[in-house]
Amino acid sequence: MADPIFIAVAVLTVGAAIIALEARELIYGAVALAISMLGIAGFFLLLDAPFVAMFQITVYVGAVAVLIIFTVMLVRTQALFTTKEDKKRKGAGVALMLIIMSSLGALLLASGLNGQFGSFGATQTVNFTQIGQLMLTYYAPALIILGLTLAGAVIAALALARREDVEQQHERTD
Amino acid sequence: MSELIDFLIVSLVLVAIGIYGLVVKRNAIRMLFSIEIIANAANLVLVAFSRGLPNAQGQTFALFSIAIAAAEVAVGLGLIIVAYRLYKEIDVAEFRSLRG
Repeated sequence: MADPIFIAVAVLTVGAAIIALEARELIYGAVALAISMLGIAGFFLLLDAPFVAMFQITVYVGAVAVLIIFTVMLVRTQALFTTKEDKKRKGAGVALMLIIMSSLGALLLASGLNGQFGSFGATQTVNFTQIGQLMLTYYAPALIILGLTLAGAVIAALALARREDVEQQHERTD
Repeated sequence: MSELIDFLIVSLVLVAIGIYGLVVKRNAIRMLFSIEIIANAANLVLVAFSRGLPNAQGQTFALFSIAIAAAEVAVGLGLIIVAYRLYKEIDVAEFRSLRG
């Protein structure tokens, strides 16, 4: 059976994910999402992947959560409170969630994956020099394309968020 | 110590929560939250199998996936800001200009 640290991290991650979706104020939801991402980083540490865990914390908690919080602050507060979901829709959503959970969960428990690899304690771990070697040799083209994608996404986000009407006003007043 | 199946079940629960959010929520930012939760569940499975096999490729893919998710959030939030500017609303049911 799972160890107590695993259960604590699982409760933290799943609970924070539920709070992220159900918190009445969107800003609390954003903070809960950041906590959920921290929980995922904790899982990565439990899985002996400290490099991925640090990457997760830098990117998700450091960049994505802050970006979301700034966006929430830019959007009018009134728009954040509108919970115009009807009861029927919510009930259907919960039912769908339970169906997915139970059916796929039963499938997982019945499959050969249950008990495979045994306990993780015994097997050898992945050394992160291996990750570096893979990234800079076999996956080097993918890494370069990823960098270009990130640059393109940042430029696209800047172009999207730009306001032409305000800029024209500034030019007129100058 | 925990086994592979424990991590897979946690990941499954997170995916189900994310799908629930995508189905029920009409707030664009909350839908983005749901997408993030699902992407993180996928990363968890990649790293769990990488630990079980053990094979470094799973962790490499997880790193790529995290970077892609960051780019996706930047563009998604840009789109939400533009939609908010146009409609003064972030409820996806109010974005009507493409409706037939």
